[in-house]
Amino acid sequence: MSELTPVLTARWGMPDSWRLETYRRDGGYQALAKALTMEPSALVDEIKASGLRGRGGAGFPAGMKWSFLPKPDGGPRYLVVNADESEPGTCKDVPLMMADPHLLVEGIAITAYAIGCDHAFVYLRGEVVHAYRRLMGAVEEAKAAGLLGQDILGSGWGLELTVHAGAGAYICGEETALLESLEGKRGQPRLKPPFPAVAGLYARPTVVNNVETIASVPGIVARGVEWFTAMGTERSKGHGIFSLSGHVTRPGQYEAPFGITLRELLTMAGGIRAGHELKFWTPGGSSTPLFTAEHLDVPLDYEQVAAAGSMLGTRAIQIFDDTTCVVRATARWMEFYAHESCGKCTPCREGTMWLWGTVLAIQEGRGKPEDLDILADIPASIVGKAFCPLGDGAPSALTSSMRYFRSEYEDHIHLGGCPFDPAASILLEEVAL
Amino acid sequence: MSPVPALVTLRIDGVEVSVEPGTVIIRAAERAGIAIPRFCDHPLLAPVGACRQCLVDVASPGPDGALRAFPKPQAACTMPVSAGMEVHTAATSEAAASAERSVMELILATHPLDCPICDKAGECPLQNQAMSSGRDISRYTGSKRTYAKPIGLTAGILLDRERCVLCQRCTRFASEIAGDPFIALQGRGGSQQVGRFDPEVLGFAGHGEAAPGAPAAARAGLADPADAVTAELVPIGDTANLAPAAGPATTELPPVPEDSPTPGEAPGTALAADGTPFASYFAGNIVQLCPVGALTSTAYRFRSRPFDLVSTPSVAEHDSSCSAVRVDVRGGRVRRRLAGNDPAVNREWLSDKDRFAFAWQSLPERLTTPLIREGGILRQASWPEAIAAAAKGLAEADGVGVVPGGRLTIEDALAYSVVARTVLGTVDIDFRARPHSAEEARFLGQAVAGTGLGVTFDDLVSATRIVFVGFEPEEEGGIVYLRCREAVKAGATIVAIAPYASPGVRRLGGTLIQVVPGGEAAALDALADDAGAMAGTVILLGERLALSPGAFTSALAAERAGARVAWIPRRVGERGAVDAGCLPGPLRPALAAAIAEHGGAVGSAAADLEVPSATNPDGATDPDGVTNPDGTMGPGRPSGADGPVEPGSCAGRDTTAIFAAAMAGEIGGLLIAGVELGDLPNPAQARAGVERAFTVSLEVLPSAVTELADVVLPVAPPAEKPGTYVTWEGRMRPFPQVLVTTAMSDATVLAALAAKLGVPVDLSLTAAHAVLAEAAGAAETPIPAASPPDDPAPLEVTLPEDSVPSTQDPAAPENTIPPAEGSTPASYVPPSPVAGEALLATWHLALDAGRLGSGEPHLAATAKAPFAVLSRATAFEIDVRDGEPLQVSTAAGAIVVPVRIADIPDRVVWLPTNSPSCQVRATLGASAGIVHIEAAPTDQPEVHT
Repeated sequence: MSELTPVLTARWGMPDSWRLETYRRDGGYQALAKALTMEPSALVDEIKASGLRGRGGAGFPAGMKWSFLPKPDGGPRYLVVNADESEPGTCKDVPLMMADPHLLVEGIAITAYAIGCDHAFVYLRGEVVHAYRRLMGAVEEAKAAGLLGQDILGSGWGLELTVHAGAGAYICGEETALLESLEGKRGQPRLKPPFPAVAGLYARPTVVNNVETIASVPGIVARGVEWFTAMGTERSKGHGIFSLSGHVTRPGQYEAPFGITLRELLTMAGGIRAGHELKFWTPGGSSTPLFTAEHLDVPLDYEQVAAAGSMLGTRAIQIFDDTTCVVRATARWMEFYAHESCGKCTPCREGTMWLWGTVLAIQEGRGKPEDLDILADIPASIVGKAFCPLGDGAPSALTSSMRYFRSEYEDHIHLGGCPFDPAASILLEEVAL
Repeated sequence: MSPVPALVTLRIDGVEVSVEPGTVIIRAAERAGIAIPRFCDHPLLAPVGACRQCLVDVASPGPDGALRAFPKPQAACTMPVSAGMEVHTAATSEAAASAERSVMELILATHPLDCPICDKAGECPLQNQAMSSGRDISRYTGSKRTYAKPIGLTAGILLDRERCVLCQRCTRFASEIAGDPFIALQGRGGSQQVGRFDPEVLGFAGHGEAAPGAPAAARAGLADPADAVTAELVPIGDTANLAPAAGPATTELPPVPEDSPTPGEAPGTALAADGTPFASYFAGNIVQLCPVGALTSTAYRFRSRPFDLVSTPSVAEHDSSCSAVRVDVRGGRVRRRLAGNDPAVNREWLSDKDRFAFAWQSLPERLTTPLIREGGILRQASWPEAIAAAAKGLAEADGVGVVPGGRLTIEDALAYSVVARTVLGTVDIDFRARPHSAEEARFLGQAVAGTGLGVTFDDLVSATRIVFVGFEPEEEGGIVYLRCREAVKAGATIVAIAPYASPGVRRLGGTLIQVVPGGEAAALDALADDAGAMAGTVILLGERLALSPGAFTSALAAERAGARVAWIPRRVGERGAVDAGCLPGPLRPALAAAIAEHGGAVGSAAADLEVPSATNPDGATDPDGVTNPDGTMGPGRPSGADGPVEPGSCAGRDTTAIFAAAMAGEIGGLLIAGVELGDLPNPAQARAGVERAFTVSLEVLPSAVTELADVVLPVAPPAEKPGTYVTWEGRMRPFPQVLVTTAMSDATVLAALAAKLGVPVDLSLTAAHAVLAEAAGAAETPIPAASPPDDPAPLEVTLPEDSVPSTQDPAAPENTIPPAEGSTPASYVPPSPVAGEALLATWHLALDAGRLGSGEPHLAATAKAPFAVLSRATAFEIDVRDGEPLQVSTAAGAIVVPVRIADIPDRVVWLPTNSPSCQVRATLGASAGIVHIEAAPTDQPEVHT
């Protein structure tokens, strides 16, 4: 039985957890002080050795990404933190920035130092104004305390940190679209190569990492590689936040080592909604193929989730019990992708619209048997043919739900309507008046 | 020499092909003759990979040499080739075929499939590729996108958004090639659309009121003011403009007075914050680029079916770039023009003027019948009668001046040159229907005439620095502007020697060397002082430099210092006219000899050239006339000159002198081709000259000249005759006859006239080509070593407001650098205006009141509204504010236009030369010098003449 490993979430319950004072009292910024005594290359090596993988969904080893930067040429190099958390079900970065923004700021300072960057950016989802304010407040505090700005902690090295609020586009979580948006252009993905490590922000070498990835850096620096690698599985090291939402007794953020199973997480979270059974769940957000109850014991790390036919993604575990109409859930997800497709490439722009319209028609009882052929064929016209991963992930829920629950689609068509009571799946919370 | 990179060899569908490293697969496939369908891909635009129609199966060797297949199909338009790569297109791979079919199905899903009413049908890449890779019957049963249709992107370009496949060719053209992004993608996903910063699409509707004090560009929703069209016309030096000295109103973009001209009022055409339409001089290219029927031109929409058109490759007549065009004809009328594909000249692009302005050739008012003045009134006449009348009048006139204008083919220009010299016996011939100078004539004689191909378009692109002097490429150079942008992308820097940085220069990222009008020579000298920087520098000289004393001389000095120099006139025929000898004075020896050999009187040789004939009342042969003592050829004296002609005094009259002499009665006849009196340096004098002299006018359209002429002989417009234009580079651009009509070329008419005058000359194309080939083949007289490179050897200077007839000046023989005498450029001091006066700076806008724009209202609506430019201090001095009407006047008349404050030297005023309501030469009778400026009463912004 895995245990929770609160590292990133350790201070979330503390009073005034977002204050510099609270953070420092708990050992904050000591990792930065330590890092500033090290050679930048040694820091990169340490993160490489820790096996820290990108927490934004793709799981690319962070240290390796840093080492892809070309040799310094005297020009600027940038660190851009991807805080455009928009994947349905994913809700780890925003609470982290709300509750413990200094952890991110310290991680940014250490990473920037490691990669030779003196101007870092956080690209934040614009809708979360509260998190934006917290983060801005933390930057101000850190600056006033000499933890950002000129000559940090007397090291002679300085860092400017800019927090930028996006305008609300899922595509801007894709790193090159994020860079476009950050440069003030339309948020649409760029052609790669060149990769951001070579020509990223303002065509300069750039590292783009997720909030959780960067927030994991201070812990590794402070406590060492061995501490970190003691957690997790062979190729998925360390701790990560598992976001449980939906028909679960105690939804929330559960920080645990990689390799924990949903069965274990559900035990910690008080199980499925009382009186119901698990029907299906997303292991890593709506872009990852659905799992069902048969996958309760799949260890949640990159390799084993993939082996079971899905992706670990952002560990956004959305849980649906037996009251849920899978067609209705899928229609919602398809609407999301049709709404969020940036429109650049044909397969994603047209395919997501077509899928949404077709699933919606079935869910509303207007479906025809031949629609099932469309739902079988069109995903293949998008996946692997779209310009960026948005299109690749868009039909995942549809394709997997067709695999596990095809009969429900057929029922909708034959019945001319939805056999489920939508009210039954709604989560009601008693509110004390 | 950089080593030639080794070629990369790969196989596509089993066909081995070797290409340069970095080539994308789709280009390599073209090389191998393998077709891959595509929409977004275009060879001249950066790869974008948006449409995904070109997906292919790719495998490439790994480090161990074993082929590794990419897990997903790859876009052939974005993936560079690598050695040993194996590519399979739909022809040989089921995966690629499946990808191709699925993308086509998705593209067609929401396409309206309205081919039966679509202009593109029949020449539509989407239609063609839907046939090759689409399904017979669509599986899509949902609703399709519908939009209000069409919307006007400019007055001349319409967009049917529902047909658009969002390939971004048009928006990429606007940002990459033209550099004036007047359109952009808006919205996202299924509602993404091309548009023109549409507040409704962008969700700004109702957000018109921005925070006070916000920058104007920000209020317009533009990310980068430097790139944005709205900001484009914000005066330069806007920091000064934003200073509060002129009152709080200057923090806003100027409101355009309601009664000032506001073009672009076609339906749906939005105006930018400063009242100018979102437009581009190159916008028409997006219509041609569009791979579907989404973009159509107002002029061609619903006019024809592609399969009913007869297409002829031709050459455009609107500027000296002589762009390749394709002329499409249906029912005996030109329906549209498209860019031809000529990599060396215009690539695949065309200026809007070249594309859309062809209606002038077939206007209802076109001259079709010869006219004779009888009893003061022009009446129709038969050709024999009119030719006889013209011949009689010219023969009886005491001296004839020939003004062939700047729009002729080189064959027609040569005909005027030959007829003037051998039939009319005059050297009073000058094609320059615009301000000119003796210095310019010598420059043209030495550095341009007969020099063949000099600096080329490709030389511009490979230059390290391009200097504009008296030249605004965007307004005066047509496609030169796009090639300069190409040069900038390739690393060239741009320097403009001008009174202010025009929007075009700013978009090229150019550096301004600010000069007052007339100060160009000194600036060029200063530039050339840095001799080390002259290699790799190309200096582009505009025709306006004729108004700038010493500038041509300084340009030649810069050339000796290592720069390359090119002269870029505005009009299409000027370079050819120079080569054909349509300048006053004797012909250069090579051309004279060639004419004697091939182009003289029928069936004879040089002897016939020696007959001055008609203008010589006693018919006596002037022994000095042909072979002058200095070796030059041609009749050796100005028309009407009495007595023996002294060697060296054989220069002819220039345009101004011809009209002055006509006005004074010194010459009794004028032979004029396509010339607008309003373009001449002194229109009033020219009018008086035409009124007094016996005038024969060869014209296409009625003009001020034809109204006053004694005999009007209609001639063919370019579409109705074959001929050759010569680019500013010196490149011959032959074109065939597009339309078969009875209209005759100038040369044919002149041949009839010559025959009637008793001097039959062979002015046929064959003869002209023989002459030109002979002249080009002959060794031209080299520049004498007597002029050492460090000798500044200034040409003679003529002050701009002082158009002294050049007959008064001893002209140096051509092809030699004249001796250093007269005032040097350094000694030139521009006049000093006092308060209430300003030095006039002016150049033509690309779209203005020019005659060849006639009949095309949609194009005219995209023209910039005329405006004046003043410095802030000068505006303050005369108490006029940004946007308010300014009156510019001389004794001849006054012009009132809104003023824009910009970084221009104090007491200098810029005006567009020939825009509607701002016709500088016709109204002010001036092209340079001091004019009066004052604030105009705000209730009278119309023109006072």
